[in-house]
Amino acid sequence: MSTFLGMPYAPRGVGHLRGEQPFPVAARAALADTQLRRNLGRATTTIRAKRAAVVAELPDWEELRAAGEAIKRHTLAHLDRYLEQLEDQVTARGGTVHWARDANEANRIVTGLVRGTGATEVVKVKSIVTDEIGLNEALAGAGITAHETDLAELIVQLGHDRPSHILVPAIHLGRAEIREIFLREMGDVDPGLTDAPAALAEAARLHLRRRFLSARVGISGANFAVAETGTLCVVESEGNGRMCLTLPGTLITVMGIEKVIPSWRDLEVFLQLLPRSSTGERMNPYTSMWTGVTPGDGPQRFHLVLLDNGRTAALADPAGRQALHCIRCSACLNVCPVYERTGGHAYGSVYPGPIGAVLSPQLTGVADNASLPYASSLCGACYDACPVRIDIPSLLVHLRARHVEEAARARRVPSAEAVAMAAASWVMASPARYAAAQRAGRAGRALGRGGRIRRLPPPLSAWTAARDAPAPPAQTFREWWRRERGDTDGTAG
Amino acid sequence: MAPRAEDPARAEVLARIRAALGAGTRDAGEIPRAYRTGAGLGTEELIGLLTERLNDYGTAVRRCPDGGVAGAVRAALAERGARRVVVPAGLALDVAAPDGVTFLADDNLSPDALDAADGVITTAALAIAETGTIILDAGPGQGRRAVSLVPDYHLCVLHAGQIVAIVPEALGRLDPRRPCTWISGPSATSDIELDRVQGVHGPRTLEVILVGA
Amino acid sequence: MRIALFVTCLVDGLFPQVGQATVRLLERLGHEVTFPGAQTCCGQMHTNTGYLRGALPLVRRYADVFEDCELVVVPSGSCTGSVRHQHAMVARRFGDEALARRAEAVAARTYELSELLVDVLGVEDVGAYYPHRVTYHPTCHSLRLLRAGDRPLRLLRKVAGIDLVELPDAEVCCGFGGTFAIKNGAVSTAMLADKMRSVLATGAEMCTAGDSSCLMHIGGGLSRLNAGTATVHLAEILAATQDSP
Repeated sequence: MSTFLGMPYAPRGVGHLRGEQPFPVAARAALADTQLRRNLGRATTTIRAKRAAVVAELPDWEELRAAGEAIKRHTLAHLDRYLEQLEDQVTARGGTVHWARDANEANRIVTGLVRGTGATEVVKVKSIVTDEIGLNEALAGAGITAHETDLAELIVQLGHDRPSHILVPAIHLGRAEIREIFLREMGDVDPGLTDAPAALAEAARLHLRRRFLSARVGISGANFAVAETGTLCVVESEGNGRMCLTLPGTLITVMGIEKVIPSWRDLEVFLQLLPRSSTGERMNPYTSMWTGVTPGDGPQRFHLVLLDNGRTAALADPAGRQALHCIRCSACLNVCPVYERTGGHAYGSVYPGPIGAVLSPQLTGVADNASLPYASSLCGACYDACPVRIDIPSLLVHLRARHVEEAARARRVPSAEAVAMAAASWVMASPARYAAAQRAGRAGRALGRGGRIRRLPPPLSAWTAARDAPAPPAQTFREWWRRERGDTDGTAG
Repeated sequence: MAPRAEDPARAEVLARIRAALGAGTRDAGEIPRAYRTGAGLGTEELIGLLTERLNDYGTAVRRCPDGGVAGAVRAALAERGARRVVVPAGLALDVAAPDGVTFLADDNLSPDALDAADGVITTAALAIAETGTIILDAGPGQGRRAVSLVPDYHLCVLHAGQIVAIVPEALGRLDPRRPCTWISGPSATSDIELDRVQGVHGPRTLEVILVGA
Repeated sequence: MRIALFVTCLVDGLFPQVGQATVRLLERLGHEVTFPGAQTCCGQMHTNTGYLRGALPLVRRYADVFEDCELVVVPSGSCTGSVRHQHAMVARRFGDEALARRAEAVAARTYELSELLVDVLGVEDVGAYYPHRVTYHPTCHSLRLLRAGDRPLRLLRKVAGIDLVELPDAEVCCGFGGTFAIKNGAVSTAMLADKMRSVLATGAEMCTAGDSSCLMHIGGGLSRLNAGTATVHLAEILAATQDSP
């Protein structure tokens, strides 16, 4: 199915929303990567503690979450109006707004804008949405080099790698690997470079400074866009954002349509929720806000590209659309026991972890990311951590249901799993059949030794690969009750 | 690019949104704003909290009485060893450049010229005590954004009366049309193994002079 | 009081001793326990695997069987969670608003065991005796869906003879997750490894919880390793006395 209720999905063949392997396969390989396990385990444990500490400081954290959730819900309910208002405001202040139906269109627009300046290089602030649409590859195809300036994105770019976390994309790499990448790929680096993080950051600073000071075109994403005033907001730590947003003559900002917020005042909620949830700080080092063009200050040409790329498909699902509330803090990644052990690459999309498992399938269509909604034990830690209260566990169950329903419609012959589930439902819908099935299941007792079963046939072999299974008891509870207490009330087996 | 009214992409995206939301009521309920909008802290408490938070970020804070700004600036620059210092228009710094120090007016200095400077002095629009944040909004004495970004040393002169307690108190006092930069400590990254390293691309040293404190 | 027991399919078929313990405990506290024999399953396996249509008849059966009962007790946090947070949703997905309202009504009278004891019966000391070193694992449904908080711990602390040790990283999921343990067996095992490490670090003889599903997973892992630590359901501890351990 290529649309959801008529709303097209993000197209295939462009961008990075789909993995090459289903999650269980990719996860198994990742679990064996000892450096990833150590780095990620340490990183997530550290951020969890920092986040918990700064959240505990605020007496009104739950009130802020409630406001954040409500503002996002309200915004989506009037998304068309707010986007039009945003466009009016940005345009009135000298900016130009472009609309992109999908990744290909966005890439064409941005490439055209860069070409129009005559520049063959651009500097980029970290922007997951530009990773989503594969912008760098599209620009390269047009002979334009996109220089990542966020340290982790720089590391990933120089290493010809892919980001594995929304906030700290190079977390899967250790300092020694990063040093090697710099020595190999940074032309101007000191050969005596050590692997101390401070030395590596200094190397990046020197490498990038030249680029910043001479850049003609900057490309960014946006954390928030205020409809009321046309103001865009970028939240960052290193200063590369400020560099790219301030020094070049032309600025192009690509933004998912769900990032708009109604009013200036709403920033007071999100600028408290985001830093504490993402880096576990009271406030991130730098936040930049600008509206259109300011004569004599910063870029004199500003372009805002509003991107759909499957977001309207998500919007069309009343149960699923809350995934669009996400403010990209990555708190859910940091508390997820699955993500902590597998890392981001296993999810195959630039949006990994719990939010990725509910957002990626909605942008691409569930069929193209069918394994993601199942990449969770439904423990609910993500829901507790989410600053805007996205009910990710319920969303996961909802997407599993969509997957089953869509698969049933698409197939002529039901899958083995569907047959088994239908049979189980039929059996359990009747106490008589259910009790009969229990009696039949008692045959499994013979498989047990000392009450334990060591090996079961597939698919339950996945269980006994690592665990013993209990052998069925001599009598079930209802048999015991009937024996001890006489007949049960109601129809009994 | 087609004029707005005729842009097919624009028309289609808006049409999709309307179709996605459906014909029913668009009511999403009230927005509860039960979070703090003020913190009721006195000036001394605000000064104390801001200073503590700035120190947490490794930002030195010098306190001086009204009328003591010139002396504090001279002392800061001398300690830093800064010789060429950018001074934005409207700074109203009633102090001649100390011996050996040149004040550079920002006559649209190029990025390279800014990079060659040792530092910049600015005022600020306001500060938030709880988060240790200083906000610049390109007002008089603050300069365009590039001047407080490129030089490696940023000396910010802040008055005690400009401090608010919490984030919601700041937004109401700012003009959203002005380009705005919120600064909470010097730049930092934790991208390498989550080891926090300070001083990447923005000014690596931020110092604050708190006046009337 | 007259309390109906929803024993759950897992306990009924594989861990009947948990159901027996629940009955023994409530009767010892002076209450009458009934077992409506027409009950089967809460349907969470179907719901959580995406087969909501398969869960619908089970939602209906639960309402049919229990809606005339004053109180229902469930020795499972996950089944209680499914009844409370999923049954009405399943009914609504298929447009059955009447069933949804019935589901909500019966859910309001459905309690997980520790909720029933502490909130409804108002008791924390149930007169139990269990002279073993025990560590408690708060299951995800109990912790985050039911918000059962420290009710189970308050009950355990009053057990005579018990040596209760705190479980490190208690709130981290054990990795069961229903069909997750099969579909993502590798990750499930990795999570189980860490949970077992925490359990064994306490030196406990037994690990307890309010959910047989998690206990089956943790217990199955410990058994495979011949670790010398086993699992026991909260109901079994609370039902144990000096005369009937």
